[in-house]
Amino acid sequence: MMSQVSAHETHMMPFAKVINVAKRNPIWLVLVVLIALFSFQTPYFLTVFNLSNILYQAALIGFLAVGLTPVLINGNVDLSVGAMVALSACLAVSLQHIGFVPALVIAVLACTCLGLLNGIIVEYTGVNSFIVTLAAMLGVRGLAFLYAGDTSLSSPTSDLMELGMMAVGPLSATAIVFVIFVVVFQIMLSRTAHGRNTYAIGGNRAACENAGVHVRRNVIVNFAVSGTMAGIAGVSMAAQLGAATPSYGAEYELWAIIAIVLGGTSLQGGRGTMIGTFGAVLALAALRNGLNLIQVSGFYVLVILGLTLIIALVLDRQFNRE
Amino acid sequence: MKANDKSSQRAGEISLSVNGISKRFPGVLALDKVSVDVHAGEVHAICGENGAGKSTLMKVIAGNYRADEGDLVFRGVKIDLRSPLQAKELGILLIHQEISLVPELTVAENIFLGSLPYNRMGFVDWQQLYRRTEEVIAKAGFKLSAKDIAGELPVARQQMVEIARAVALQSSLVIFDEPTASLTEAEAKALFDTIRQLKENGVAILYISHKLPEILQISDRVSVLRDGRYQGTLQTDEVDENAITALMIGRHLENPNDRPASHPGDEVLSIDRITVPGFIDQAELSVHAGEILGMYGLVGAGRSELAEVIFGLRDSPDVSMRWHGKPVKISSPSDAVRLGIGLVPEDRKDHGLILDMGGATNMTLPALRAVQHFGFISRDKEVRIFEDYREKLQIAARGPFASVRTLSGGNQQKIVLGKWLSTHPDLLILDEPTRGVDVGAKAEIHRLISELAKAGMAIIVISSEMPEILLLSDRAIVIHNGRVTRELPRAQLSEQTLVEGITST
Amino acid sequence: MLLQIIRKPFHLSYYQLVIAFFGLALIGILFVAPTMLSPDNIKLVLRQGSIPALMAIGVTFVVISGRLDLSIGSLLSLCAILIVDLHDKVGPVIAIGAGLGIGLLVGCVNGFLVAVLRLNPLIATLGMLSLLQGISLIYSDGRNALIMDPENTWFSFIGRSYIAGIPVPIIILIIATIGFSILLRYTTFGRKIYAIGGNEAASRYSGINAKRIVFSCYVISGLMTAVAAVVFSSRVMGAQNNSGSGLELYVLSGVILGGASLFGGSGTILLSVVGVMILEFIQNGLLIVGLPYYTQWILTWIVIIAIVWSDLASKRYREHQ
Repeated sequence: MMSQVSAHETHMMPFAKVINVAKRNPIWLVLVVLIALFSFQTPYFLTVFNLSNILYQAALIGFLAVGLTPVLINGNVDLSVGAMVALSACLAVSLQHIGFVPALVIAVLACTCLGLLNGIIVEYTGVNSFIVTLAAMLGVRGLAFLYAGDTSLSSPTSDLMELGMMAVGPLSATAIVFVIFVVVFQIMLSRTAHGRNTYAIGGNRAACENAGVHVRRNVIVNFAVSGTMAGIAGVSMAAQLGAATPSYGAEYELWAIIAIVLGGTSLQGGRGTMIGTFGAVLALAALRNGLNLIQVSGFYVLVILGLTLIIALVLDRQFNRE
Repeated sequence: MKANDKSSQRAGEISLSVNGISKRFPGVLALDKVSVDVHAGEVHAICGENGAGKSTLMKVIAGNYRADEGDLVFRGVKIDLRSPLQAKELGILLIHQEISLVPELTVAENIFLGSLPYNRMGFVDWQQLYRRTEEVIAKAGFKLSAKDIAGELPVARQQMVEIARAVALQSSLVIFDEPTASLTEAEAKALFDTIRQLKENGVAILYISHKLPEILQISDRVSVLRDGRYQGTLQTDEVDENAITALMIGRHLENPNDRPASHPGDEVLSIDRITVPGFIDQAELSVHAGEILGMYGLVGAGRSELAEVIFGLRDSPDVSMRWHGKPVKISSPSDAVRLGIGLVPEDRKDHGLILDMGGATNMTLPALRAVQHFGFISRDKEVRIFEDYREKLQIAARGPFASVRTLSGGNQQKIVLGKWLSTHPDLLILDEPTRGVDVGAKAEIHRLISELAKAGMAIIVISSEMPEILLLSDRAIVIHNGRVTRELPRAQLSEQTLVEGITST
Repeated sequence: MLLQIIRKPFHLSYYQLVIAFFGLALIGILFVAPTMLSPDNIKLVLRQGSIPALMAIGVTFVVISGRLDLSIGSLLSLCAILIVDLHDKVGPVIAIGAGLGIGLLVGCVNGFLVAVLRLNPLIATLGMLSLLQGISLIYSDGRNALIMDPENTWFSFIGRSYIAGIPVPIIILIIATIGFSILLRYTTFGRKIYAIGGNEAASRYSGINAKRIVFSCYVISGLMTAVAAVVFSSRVMGAQNNSGSGLELYVLSGVILGGASLFGGSGTILLSVVGVMILEFIQNGLLIVGLPYYTQWILTWIVIIAIVWSDLASKRYREHQ
């Protein structure tokens, strides 16, 4: 259904290109419909402030979804990224005493290592990535609790908060970084050898092994990158709130996977685009934000989460049937 | 025992010599000291019946299997292949029967899979990729466009992409494994042009097929294998089909026409109309009590799929069947079992058995109804059924509940047979009943099938082995190009008539 | 390599090796905390463990059929909230009935999603996990539920009483273990579950209706979780929105520790129950030693990966023979 954007489309007329992207990523239409719907419901929705707010709120799940997309295109999944967010946030906050930058670097690198570990276990034991990362989802959460205890940590300095407050005009720095990541990852997937091999492995792993593609390396790198993005999400969550608890990020992995699947990436691997993921992340953020504005209880969000996940699965089955 | 090589007549030097290669699988000697030479710039066909060892030999040459004995000399150097990748790097490429492309990627990316040109930043050099692809396509003379998505091309084009890989890799030995299995006539013709093109570029080609007309058309020489042994090499332009067939078969078959005529009883299953989407268009067939109906055709003709429709495993938009004269609709295997139909599937390990379960447990699976009281399974009854068939079918198994995983192919197949016999079916469909079974067990299974028919069971035997069809069938049908092309009563059964069935258009 | 050196002389399978490792770990904990073996403590652990063990019985059915059920944690929360809330409103009988009914219903929904729509069991039941959690939050409006007068209701019998000195939850567990073991081991239904988990295609080729059987497995899983919720609410006389949170993986790791293969086709009820109890003892030991509860999570991580890997390694080993 939705194929990656190939390079030759760069030669097309700009308008035709927009139409083409919309056709391949129907989630953008959903986004437009959602925005229209909420704009009619409440005057507070379609304001510059609220829209940049949506982008800001989308960024956290967005970081995870961006990092996870290549893993899913590979035909794998990483369910432990939500827990990594907690670990990274706790590390970033509690290590402030050793310096601002070192704390952030350690927090992110810790998650890179966990991603690497997931990838290595998946590739070298042959155990399905669902199982490996499902177990890690619990285990990494345990690590976060073990590190932080059962309490909430808060930053001794205001550096972290200031990072979270940084903005260019109405756009927060977090949102800008998110958009930059989307672009970088889209280029990585569509233009680099690593990205093309990521699709190839998801499409036909045996053919890649036969052709001498470094399959293991590709998969492990994608897991490590996904971990890194989870680390970045954790840091920016800590920066937004100026505090951290080890229970941060619960269910974030589900939101991210829902976004990716709604964005047209197949759970079977081989297809998907960053543009689709981006659209779906925005649509979900608009949905949460809109529901909140029209005063629907937060409890319903979980129900909607579960329902959309199941609907996304059904759609995935319908459209990506062999 | 190398044949009298006529290599002196050929221009090309020896590309590959296969010297005394043997390969053993549990219970079967798949290759027995096979020696063959392939020259640069020749198309060398390897031909033989199913199970003759063609595919095994190719997989040894392409590095998928390691030989137990013998060696390979490639371009004058003795080689020891450990993986297909290594073979590929040396210049040996096997093009599989099943297409192995990444369907989501472009033609260009598929051709250069694993060796995409990229710059120092890791960005793919699209210009170079497309330029080199165009070069390869031009060199091979293909009608391909570099930017098309591979999965959206027709099968024949996809195959061209695979062959283009060989050109891109500058392989000097290309092996084709039954390449025309899924091609139309016109597509096959295009493929032959391609192969000739490769040949003119000095590439050595090994061409595996059991379609004789095709071999006569494309090959320069043909080597024949039978039961894993090398039978000889013939100069193609000096021989006809009969000479090759003589080498392929080589044994005296019991002339089927000499057997006593069977006296089939009432019609058990009659299919007035059956369509198998993608395979068979509105065929009809029937089978009687006490009759063995042989179903012959090439691999991929849709015979197994036809059996699956009959057995309720596969949907068909258009099917009308009568069972003992009454119209029935079979929409699931449980319907079929209830009526009294059994199916011994082609793929024993994936469809026939639950390998980690015991012989008794496997046998009673379709007939749990018969061994239960109020839902509880009677172990005594299970053991009794198992012992009963163990004796009748002479199964060498350790015990009723020992895992069947470690049994030989023949014994596993007998357990599958026992499983269906325990349901006392009126109709038994056997799909390739002796595939992967050693010679002794094969004869036993054949004897059993005949006895079952004599006892009044209606039997359909699906086989791509001609001797099996000739030996067993009271009547045979040939399926080709989606139709029943021949219906042959025993008096008209011969290799000639069967081959006509799969070559007629 | 090192593993081969340990494994070979003792003729251990990879699975046995992993089990041996956990056995040693348990013995190690016993040395540090000998009070674990006091009869009172054992009784306590068994009573505590009977709740996840009841859930494990249902999960075993699903796992043997080659699938997973991750919704049971939230389902326990939902059933418990419902039972506790309804107890004071309409009496224990209807409350228990409603709890069991929800369990059945959710089992049917899971069965429909996985067996009929053929969705990925892991993600589909994960979706149900979040859905059910949301429903219990909405139902309880985010508040915990409590039975006001725990001393004056026969409902407390289920979770708090003893028969002949044995806690009632343990008796319920024993009865369920025996009953479901018989169902799984001696009936055609049980045989079909093993067959589907062992080789689904071959089962279909043998005329087994996989859809119906898998559906039933999910129904049993939902029902047993509801039974566990009854015991839980009676024992605690209250319920939180997240009572069962994380329990799905805990139960699952107990089940595979008991030898059920995540690839389906093997496992027994008794060993699953034993597997959960082993985890329960380890958890108890960790608490006695003074380690916090979440140490258990890290342990679960290691258990799952070690066991699944050992299972896979011995399968490959068998196939290469």
